[in-house]
Parts: sequence; C-alpha cells; structure tokens
Amino acid sequence: MTALTIRKADGVLTVQDMGRPGHLAQGLSRGGAMDRLALIEAAALLGAKSPLAAIEMAGAGGQFSVSAPTRIALTGAPMIATLDGAPLRWHASHLVLPEQDLRIGALQAGVHGYLTPAGGLQTPAWLGSRAVHLTIGIGAALTAGQTLPCGEDPAPEAPSRIIQTEARFHGGALRVMDGPQTALFDDKVLEAFYATEFIRGGRGNRQGIQLDADARFTTDHAAGLASDMIGPGDLQMTGDGLPYVLMSECQTMGGYPRVGQIIPADLPRMAQAAPGARLRFRRLTLEQAASSYRDQADLLREAAGRCRNLIRDPAMIADLLSYQLVGGVTAGRELEDD
Amino acid sequence: MSLAPTPQVLPAGVDGFLIRFALRPDPQAMAAAQVMARQLETDTPDGAVEVAPALVSVLLRFDPARVDRDDLARSLAARARAIADRAPDAPDALRRWTIPAAFGGEYGPDLADVADRLGLSQQQAIDQLCNTDLHVLTIGFAPGQPYIGLLPEAWNLPRMADLNPRVPAGAVVVAVRQIVMFGAESATGWRQVACSGFRTFVPDRNPPMPLRAGDAIRYRPVTGDEMQSLSSAADGLGGAVLETLE
Repeated sequence: MTALTIRKADGVLTVQDMGRPGHLAQGLSRGGAMDRLALIEAAALLGAKSPLAAIEMAGAGGQFSVSAPTRIALTGAPMIATLDGAPLRWHASHLVLPEQDLRIGALQAGVHGYLTPAGGLQTPAWLGSRAVHLTIGIGAALTAGQTLPCGEDPAPEAPSRIIQTEARFHGGALRVMDGPQTALFDDKVLEAFYATEFIRGGRGNRQGIQLDADARFTTDHAAGLASDMIGPGDLQMTGDGLPYVLMSECQTMGGYPRVGQIIPADLPRMAQAAPGARLRFRRLTLEQAASSYRDQADLLREAAGRCRNLIRDPAMIADLLSYQLVGGVTAGRELEDD
Repeated sequence: MSLAPTPQVLPAGVDGFLIRFALRPDPQAMAAAQVMARQLETDTPDGAVEVAPALVSVLLRFDPARVDRDDLARSLAARARAIADRAPDAPDALRRWTIPAAFGGEYGPDLADVADRLGLSQQQAIDQLCNTDLHVLTIGFAPGQPYIGLLPEAWNLPRMADLNPRVPAGAVVVAVRQIVMFGAESATGWRQVACSGFRTFVPDRNPPMPLRAGDAIRYRPVTGDEMQSLSSAADGLGGAVLETLE
C-alpha cells in the first residue's frame, strides 16, 4: 500500500469522491466533490476507469510526500505547484517519487483544487463512499502529519498527461432549468432574475453559496409551503430575496421557494466562482436541460479525449541531466507527444 | 372534505421528477403522497434509481439513459391522478417502533405550556401523544431525523416566536400537528415536550439511520431515570423496540 503524507495543510483539505447517492429518503445528501468534473478529469489523466478518491483543497493547498513512486493528477482550480522546487503544470499528471517534496500553494483562480493519486485514496468508506461530509461529522479536515493510504499506481511509468479544460474558474454564465417551484414566482420576477448580474458572496461552504445583488427576488406564495426535496444546484430564495445556491453537502429537504436549478454540467463553474466573481443565469427550456445530461461514463470518455502527453519544456526541467534522453524506453517518453 | 388535490409531475433536475399532491401540508395530500411513495417502492417504474418521500410530494430520480423522460412523466402522472381520485387513507405501516420517552419537567420543559394551550392537564397531553396513531411522515433536514404525525387537530400549534437556542439530542418537540425527534443538539422554534434515548443518526450503527418514512411510532412514557439508563445502550436506540407488522 502506498502512503500519501500531509506535511502541511494550508487550505481546508478533505478527502472527496463522487459521494454517496441513494440515501435521500433517509435525509442524507450525496455529498462528494464540489467540482465533480475535476475528479473526472483526474481519472482521465490517470487512465482510471472511474473517478478516484482525492484530496479536495479549498482556498489553498499544502505540502505532500509519497512512500512509493506514484503519479498524481492536479485538477480543478489552478494552484501554484512545485516538485522539489521545479514548477508543475496544473490540469496535468506527474510522477512523484518518495522523498520528493510536492508543494501546492496559492490559488491562481477558482476555489477548489484537487490532488488525486493514481491508485486513489483508500481511506475508510462509509455507505460506499470515502467522501468527508463535514456538516454531519463524517470524517474531518486533514491536518499536518496525517498519512493516508492509497492504492498502488497501476502504471507509474506512464507518461505525464495534460488535459485541455474549459476555464470555469472566473464565474460567468450558468444555465438553469425550471424546478418544481419556479411557477410560484411572477414572470416579472423571473425576467428580472435572469437579467441580473450576481456577485458570488463572501459566505459559502460545502453546503451552499450566497449570491449578492442589488435587486431582491421574492414570491408572495412562500408562506406555509410544505417542505420538499432539495438538491445541489437549487437556487433557493431565502427570506431576504437573494439566492443561496445549494451545493454538495446541502440538506435534503427545505421550505424556501426555489427559482430553478443550475444544471449539473454548470455546477462546477458555480463551485469554482471565488468571492467577488460575476455570475449570470440563463434559463433553459426543459428540452435543452434534458439534452445537457451526460452520465459519468460519457463525461469520462469525453475528458479522456481532451488529454494528451505532456511535452515538458527542457528549460523547466531542473534535473535535465538525470534524464536518459537518448535510447531511453521509459523516462524518454516524457518528451513525446501522441 | 375539500376537492381531491390535483397532483403535478414536475421536473426536479435533469434526472428527477417531483410528484406533488399539494403545495401546503394538507392531510389528504400527505396521505396520497405516502400511498404514491409506497407504490413507487413496491412497483418501481423502469429506469427509476431512487424514491424519496417528502410531506406532500415524492421525489423520483431516474437514469435518463434507461428511460424516456416524457414517457416516465406520463406514467407517473397517470399513477398520481389515480391515487388522488380515490383520496386514500395513509397506507398501513409495515413496521412499528415503540420508543421510551420521559415527558415533562426537565425532559419536556414546554409540556406545561403545550397542555395549557390545549386546555388539557399534562397527563392528558401525554396520553394524547402516546395514544395517537403516529407515523414517520418524512425524514429530512438532518440524516435520519423524522417528522412524525399527525397529532389531533388541536395540536396545530404555531412555532414559537423566539427560538429555543438549545434542545438536547433526543429531544421530542411539537408544532403544526407534528413531532420532530432531534438527532443532535439543535436550536428550534418547536416546543420540547419530552426526551428519549433514541438516536436517529449513529454513523457506526447498522443501519446508521434506522427510521423509514411510513414507520408507525408509539411513545412509551418512562421516568427520567429509566430514560437516562436506556440512553446508555451501545446501539443508540434508547430501548426502542421494532416490530414488523402485517
């Protein structure tokens, strides 16, 4: 078993995977990664058949080492990363050797970065998932000195890969479909809502994110509503008339009226909007929303198609002379493209 | 009785429908939602992956790769209409929990106020709580946390104007003809009438969240000392007994 040691934790670091669906009837939300696409991209970079458990780094990274040679993927919000002082490309996979010093520093954009070892983190599972669920006390944030078990890298010699990714780290447009309570809002309120530019507020966590605007969006039909099922992406209008976007650790049931739901394809963009980012909503028809659906296998296949071998700039390789540049069958492949 | 509620099948995300029998917690709609949930669990439509009942609605999640969205919506609407048209009673419970609870005094600081509002003695209020045919209506807000009801019409008590900043885990609180049993220390606008050693959510227990919507609930009054000693049970069930009915 390979081990990954946290030498330093600067951001809020938690183990996350795709969560534990199927327990809504018992009041348990799915949980899991805030930016699910980042885990899919990590799996594509590492050639994994399905998303792996990773470290989600909110706000900042930390310092890490491994006990055996293993590839890692760096995905999600781009952060400054170095290996023994040499810069590492983000949205890419890299081989890390024991005794090497992996440092992940400040965010360049976005909120949540992901560090995924090629064998996946193998921390204990609960109800079929290793995802920490902070709100209900399942697991806790990682701290310096902790060592996490990982699966062995099935192919440490595989070349470093890089993935082309949509820049979803600066806010922007989010597509929304109507939900069960959209009709409670007057057309005028909905029109105003879709014409408004929102600012990602300062309050946000794994449960939900507050948005700010000058305008307020309310309905006269909110009083006495029976609570019903809510979920990630729902745009809930709290008492003050501003939207609160429900995220992965949201409750399962709520009584506030909801304007609609951000479609799953755009939820990573919401998760990665940092405080102050500008956001607009675009209303989809039901047909448009339904046709945006992709299952995990589709997303992974599509992400794999965006990967290519990483051509390293020799000027950036600190230990160039240690590479076998001629006649090599392993290290030399790092300089090839496909 | 009022007209049969008109059920609606509404999109709930790209992979879900909400089947809603009313907007507000009307008892007839609650019963219809429970019947619908039971039917979806026993006669599950092709492509469904999850059924989760709320108070007057049921969420059904489906796999869009396995079923046509419009076909599913049509079949759900037909089922819901058939149920609403016959205005059924709530389905019979499949299981019953008997849960020991200590009422009044330090374990139910608002019992006297509740009894007063109902024009009952505290003992009469306890008797009504323990003798009403109660069911888990839905589970939500926290893992395993039940909404139990319905209490007699007179129990349609509003929430308190001021939040009680702290009720303990196991607190049994009442408002709007319903009972909530808190799994963890909480703030609440509901009135605390009792306390039980039953923990609705214990991650390491199997199952961690033992209650299901539709379960019958019966409270058994015990002394504070007995409740305290039952609370120390390792299974976190506080002496609750589960029977299978039928």
